[in-house]
Amino acid sequence: MTWVLVLVLATGTIALKVVGPTLAGGVEPPQALTRVIALLTPALLTGLVVTSTFSSGHDLVIDARAAGVGLGLVLLLIRVPLVVALIAASVVVAVVRMLT
Amino acid sequence: MSSSKARAVRASATLALPTAALGVTFGVLAAPVLGAGPVIVMSAVVWSGAAQFGALTVLTGGGGVALAAGTALLANARFLPMGFAFAPSLSGSPLRRALAGMLVVDASFALAHRGEGRFDAEVVVWSAPLQYAGWVLGTVVGALGASTLADPGSWGLDVLFPVFYLGLLVPELRTAGRQLVVAATAAVVALALVPVTPEGVPVLAAAATALLGLKDAA
Repeated sequence: MTWVLVLVLATGTIALKVVGPTLAGGVEPPQALTRVIALLTPALLTGLVVTSTFSSGHDLVIDARAAGVGLGLVLLLIRVPLVVALIAASVVVAVVRMLT
Repeated sequence: MSSSKARAVRASATLALPTAALGVTFGVLAAPVLGAGPVIVMSAVVWSGAAQFGALTVLTGGGGVALAAGTALLANARFLPMGFAFAPSLSGSPLRRALAGMLVVDASFALAHRGEGRFDAEVVVWSAPLQYAGWVLGTVVGALGASTLADPGSWGLDVLFPVFYLGLLVPELRTAGRQLVVAATAAVVALALVPVTPEGVPVLAAAATALLGLKDAA
């Protein structure tokens, strides 16, 4: 059964990824759809940021990650390079975890 | 080296270490449940943290294989609209387009966005090798060392993902438009759904707030 799971996950994930590019490649979408596509990136990224910061399984939590992400956001808003923001955030998280 | 390629390789190098750490975590947690062999093959052929952790969560919670597969694919359902978003920016034969589509992951998708719904396929392609290598090699280390390794989640590397995504998000939010409204809505929707829906649904619903774009800008 384990191999069945591996096979289903692999074929399913690849299918989800290739349907769009295969069927709709190079086609110019209508204007309303272009607006949706342009907004998909910020919408998706926001979903990834908040869930990977504030969730632990099915619980909403505020823990060390929130401190790191908060600092990261401030640094990025004042245009500090991403690599610096990443290092600062992980140091803060490691320190907070050590202290708590 | 073109600037797209250089940018893609640089950005994916930044993520290679946290991706590998996440791979180690997956290997450590999944090997006792599924066996080291299937775990390594899974990372090599599925290449999706969201789906694999989703399936593992169901299995360790006592759910069956069908429920695990369903949860995992739901966690990856966002790739369907992402594929249709990416498609207009792709040229070449259907096979070439399908191969480019297979290489899309969250980070490369966002990194490749050039604004106004256009994407740079070269960025997706050249982000792939380091991300893939990090994920698979990390899984190998975790799965084979499962009994001796500590969970690297305790190192503070897990915070690199939200901050990296923020690094891609902040420039998007600086553009004039509805991005800020959509992002705020997406944040509320995702957090509201975390306690009550299966893995993957909060992010999928957050992505769906892009449908606010159907309405003509005022």
